[in-house]
Amino acid sequence: MMAALILVLSVAALLQFFISYCRSLIAASSKQPLSAEVQDVTGIKTAATGEQFARVVQLLQLCPDRPEDRNGIQAVGAYFNLLGFLRATLARVVPSMLAWTEAERGQCAYFAAVTLDRRIAFSRDMFAQQMES
Amino acid sequence: MCAYKRQAIRRYFLLNLYVAGLIASEIGRYSFLAHFGFSSKQYQYFYFYSDAVLTIFLYFALSTLYSHVFSELHAEKYVKMGTVLLLLGTCLFTYSVVMQSSAKLVTHFVVELSQNLYFVGLVLTYVLWAAILKLRETRLRLVQIVLSLGIYFSLLAANYAIRNLYPPLSQFSVPLVQVFSTFLPLAWAYAFWRLPEDARLAPARLAVIPR
Repeated sequence: MMAALILVLSVAALLQFFISYCRSLIAASSKQPLSAEVQDVTGIKTAATGEQFARVVQLLQLCPDRPEDRNGIQAVGAYFNLLGFLRATLARVVPSMLAWTEAERGQCAYFAAVTLDRRIAFSRDMFAQQMES
Repeated sequence: MCAYKRQAIRRYFLLNLYVAGLIASEIGRYSFLAHFGFSSKQYQYFYFYSDAVLTIFLYFALSTLYSHVFSELHAEKYVKMGTVLLLLGTCLFTYSVVMQSSAKLVTHFVVELSQNLYFVGLVLTYVLWAAILKLRETRLRLVQIVLSLGIYFSLLAANYAIRNLYPPLSQFSVPLVQVFSTFLPLAWAYAFWRLPEDARLAPARLAVIPR
């Protein structure tokens, strides 16, 4: 009985912490402007839509991986899927949630675009260092 | 390394001490695993004893986060006192439970203490999170450190609860804890490396229900 109660409380807390953590990750990147190259490649200028997320993630996978970014993009990817699930289920019953989930999915896509920008800059730096040596 | 490069070692000393302890215990665990094997008594003793020590480290690291959040209220003395009292209370509770049912008293006590501290840690992190929202804390690095700690404690508390509910799943528990353990150092490395100390955040962005 006690273990079941702890399990329920832990899962509820986990969900809340996870959502807030992802929102804090997204908020940290929401004010960063995108470079002209990333804007051209992704089609994202100032705001993104949820539909652009998959394409940006595909582009991310083409760039060399950076361990410090991996955790963040995986967490936001999971958050994006959770939003997709909410959109397909709960948002049908509560229409106001539809606009909220769509805005959040757009923010996820923007976060991925900022990460892409960083990876491109990182690759360019590595290339420049190799050229120098 | 990230904290050192960002000159945050002293400011978050206990957090860094915990990560150093985690690295040392992982090296020790690997060495015991390589010498004695996964199902050996030596590895299991080392695993659970080091886990208990690390949990106490993490518990004190959490108390320093309380000090950071309540720094303007000058409540450091009360936080320290509360931390020690709660730890003693958890130890006494664990001892009273273990005493009734176990022959291997010390080992059982160590394992139970870890589990109880994970749940106490989860509750304390949740209270701290509520305080962050209430006080409209805006320091992004601190917020991310607290949230990642909350995720870690929730994962471990849920894992131990599942283990108690379904004992046959115990064999998956230890490897799963190892996977969870990688989350905290990575999340903290991100927070120290990516976010400057003066980075700020609108508190309304954090609430799960949009304000």
